[in-house]
Amino acid sequence: MATGISASRFATAAPINRQLGVTVEIGGIPILLESDDADFCALLGQRYAGFVNPSAAPTCQFEIHLHPAVQSAPQDARSRRGWVRQSANPYSIDAMLRIVHSLVLAEEGGFLVHAASGVRNGRAFVFAGISGAGKTTIARLAPPDATVLTDEISYIRKSGNGYHAYGTPFAGELARVGANLMAPLEALYLLDKGPDNRIEPVAEPLAASALLRNVLFFAHDPKLVKRVFESVIEFVSSVPVAQLIFTPDERAWELIP
Amino acid sequence: MSEKYISRSNSVAARVLGGEMMIMSAADSTLFTLSEVGTAIWEAADGRTPLSEIVQRHVCAEFDVPAEDAYRDAETFVEELAGQGILSISDEPVADPDPPAREGL
Repeated sequence: MATGISASRFATAAPINRQLGVTVEIGGIPILLESDDADFCALLGQRYAGFVNPSAAPTCQFEIHLHPAVQSAPQDARSRRGWVRQSANPYSIDAMLRIVHSLVLAEEGGFLVHAASGVRNGRAFVFAGISGAGKTTIARLAPPDATVLTDEISYIRKSGNGYHAYGTPFAGELARVGANLMAPLEALYLLDKGPDNRIEPVAEPLAASALLRNVLFFAHDPKLVKRVFESVIEFVSSVPVAQLIFTPDERAWELIP
Repeated sequence: MSEKYISRSNSVAARVLGGEMMIMSAADSTLFTLSEVGTAIWEAADGRTPLSEIVQRHVCAEFDVPAEDAYRDAETFVEELAGQGILSISDEPVADPDPPAREGL
């Protein structure tokens, strides 16, 4: 399975399959990134360490053609194959993965959202907010018994009657890849820094509009826009959403069960 | 005074949440939240019922508002929604039946 090209250079990660590529599995959705450049594959393996799964059958695959400063990502939705032309920077792949995952999730009632998330006592908590709202701060303040899933982009999938939050490698200022695990979603908090720590109820329509502002969405297809809108309405109808006002110290997590 | 007929746009998604009608324009992702009265008018905007009748039946009767005030407010309201592209106003009944006011999942 693995060629060993990366194993010699990055002992913990970077399995590369026969076609020279790296299968990155985020949120249980494996995406094969094909490249004939072994060094770039090794970089990808390192970038997505913890999320590389060479044995997963890819949901979709992309050929990556390295080319300085040019970037485009056409995708055939039906064949779930596409190609990307980009510079040899693994972080450019981040943007492409966010787009692909947001489209895949939109079809099934989930979404990517600008939010930190963590798992405590087997339940996931999501902390949504725009840049500066405190996502990295709340992640940094996580107590030892909590596991950080991400400090930047949270991954929400629908499952049966509820939702699960998954860890992502998309990091903000924490600059640390999230834990690759998932847990049933207990609550979503809209972050706001304040003089004290408290949780305030939020009416559903306000919760929905706040969440919609933070959901990552790239499609201009009206059908998908409607789908994302409906997903958010359904989410707000079934998951507790409240405002978390917090001061930037460890007491903030005392409110999180 | 000529009659007005109002129809909901096809390119919106609309759902009631917490008692409020939330509408998203699929064209530009703009979000609108309607009040109770606004929701009543929106739900009745089938393109066939004259606005005066909608106001009479769904606003005056249900919210105890004088007819003249209610109609004037309703006109302003529907013109606003039309300006946002989520509703259209016509001088004649619209032939095609409209999609349901609330779309199911």
